[in-house]
Amino acid sequence: MRACRPLTGGLLALLLAAACGGTSVTPAPAPGSAVVVTNKGSDTMVNLALAWAEAYAVVAPEVTLSVTGGGSGTGIAALLNGTNDLANASRAISAEEQAAAEANGLKPTQFVVARDAIAIIVNPSNPVQALTLPQLSAMYTGALTNWAQVGGEDRPIVLLSRETNSGTHVYFLEHVLRLGDAKGPQFFSPDTLLLPSSEGISAEVRQNPNAIGYDGLGYVTADMKTLAVAGVEGGPFVLPSIASVNDGSYPIARDLYMYTAGPPSGALAAYLEWVLSPAAQQIVADLGFVPVK
Amino acid sequence: MTPAASLATTAAPRRWGEVVIEAFIRATGYSAILFVLLILIFLLREGLPALAEVPIGELFGARWYPIEDYFGLLPLIGGSLVVTIGATILAVPFGLATAVFIAEIAPRWARELLKPLVEVLAGLPSVVLGFLGMLVLAPAVRVLLGVPTGLSAVTGSLLLAAMIIPTLVSIAEDALDAVPVSYRHAALALGATKWQTIWRVTLPAARGGVLTAVMLGIGRAIGETMTVMMVTGNAARLPLGLDAFFRPVRTMTATIAAEMGEVANGSPHYHVLFTIGLVLFLFSFAVNLAASAVVFKQRKRAERLLS
Repeated sequence: MRACRPLTGGLLALLLAAACGGTSVTPAPAPGSAVVVTNKGSDTMVNLALAWAEAYAVVAPEVTLSVTGGGSGTGIAALLNGTNDLANASRAISAEEQAAAEANGLKPTQFVVARDAIAIIVNPSNPVQALTLPQLSAMYTGALTNWAQVGGEDRPIVLLSRETNSGTHVYFLEHVLRLGDAKGPQFFSPDTLLLPSSEGISAEVRQNPNAIGYDGLGYVTADMKTLAVAGVEGGPFVLPSIASVNDGSYPIARDLYMYTAGPPSGALAAYLEWVLSPAAQQIVADLGFVPVK
Repeated sequence: MTPAASLATTAAPRRWGEVVIEAFIRATGYSAILFVLLILIFLLREGLPALAEVPIGELFGARWYPIEDYFGLLPLIGGSLVVTIGATILAVPFGLATAVFIAEIAPRWARELLKPLVEVLAGLPSVVLGFLGMLVLAPAVRVLLGVPTGLSAVTGSLLLAAMIIPTLVSIAEDALDAVPVSYRHAALALGATKWQTIWRVTLPAARGGVLTAVMLGIGRAIGETMTVMMVTGNAARLPLGLDAFFRPVRTMTATIAAEMGEVANGSPHYHVLFTIGLVLFLFSFAVNLAASAVVFKQRKRAERLLS
């Protein structure tokens, strides 16, 4: 289920076409000369992007932002084929995407707009409190298959992951399974459930005491349990929080990006400048992400 | 004006109209063949390059991890087969029994109520069923069967069965209904019980239609996407052994739906997704071919007996 929520009453029909069809829309020359900016990509960032767009509608009513999810890869792909003005990505652009952009004559420009911690979530009834990254890696590669092997009850471990088109999936593969070595030999166990949405993971974690999943800190609700994580065997266990991400002690945190097809100008530049302002960064904190400033 | 003259003046334009209508009907009839051919050509054009880009041996591998160029199709084919076979085993007895009840046993008022209700069920959007399955059925399956997770092939099969039963019932009931009432009268007059009449006379007489119902059901099950994507867990594991039914699986349709949106146009991954589409096409083609072969054979036999 991909988020597809058009914003503001005004250009609803146009926005629907832009957001759902993935086609770029030239706004009709309405009074006040409205500008439509399409903003598509990471599902992790979709709530944040929506909140920003709503707040920005007050700051600059002449600019209408059309926000869509779909995954970081989807947003960047749309940026490269010209159907998206501003790509949200929870990972940096890949070398292949960079090459494809240059082949299209584009110069993708990167902005770090927020930070995110990936929370490890389990069912509240699970007695396990903390895991190390090597333990998580062993679980997700299928080497550990029972909670008793990591100090829990005698239950099978059910591994949950986002689909492969999610930036969170790639980040988790490289930084948890492969312990930071992006080209490492580890793979997700074939028994890993790949769920198409954050909601799919939350729903399963809420009701299944066997399950372990991961998701952006912004998506964790009170009815699941967040585990403390240690970066190395014997290291300190740290719970994800704004403070622990900012001081670098929580080991699974990342930057969140926005990409433009080239150096931004006009409405796009103004919006990006606003996104980094204290008012917009307060929204980042309100949603459980970590402000960059 | 003589009657003959008036006939001549009105008959000529009518024949012209008939020619147009006939041509139109013929065109729509042949267009079905045309569309199937066009789809096949499109699938071949987009899917065949995968055979050049990915070594054939790798397509028969056991690992599906496309972001790192592992394109083993076996887990996906196996996943689709497990879910479809499960759904068929669950749906066929239940659906046929319902059809027999509606056509042969139910009193008139119950029949007039049941048939439209079943057909309303057939129109239920699959995403609604999927959501119900994810939030209600999957947790129940986990607790009742004691399996690690309810997001598994069996949950998918149960939901698919619920989706194809209405189709099955509706078509099978039509076929049973079309059996001449004289067959039943003859059987009963020979001293057969009601059950013997249904099992030995009515069902065999309607076999062609019943088989069509089953095949359409299987076709719908193997092609269903949204529901299975939401409840089967999408784990690309090889479904080997009897417990595979109670484990997560990843079907071909769910794979295409989950990955097509993000894939780079023209990449090997893109072509392999179309190859999966081609495999799905061949599966449903084979199912339909098998069904029409059986029906055709029966018709020949019936003609021989009657001549």
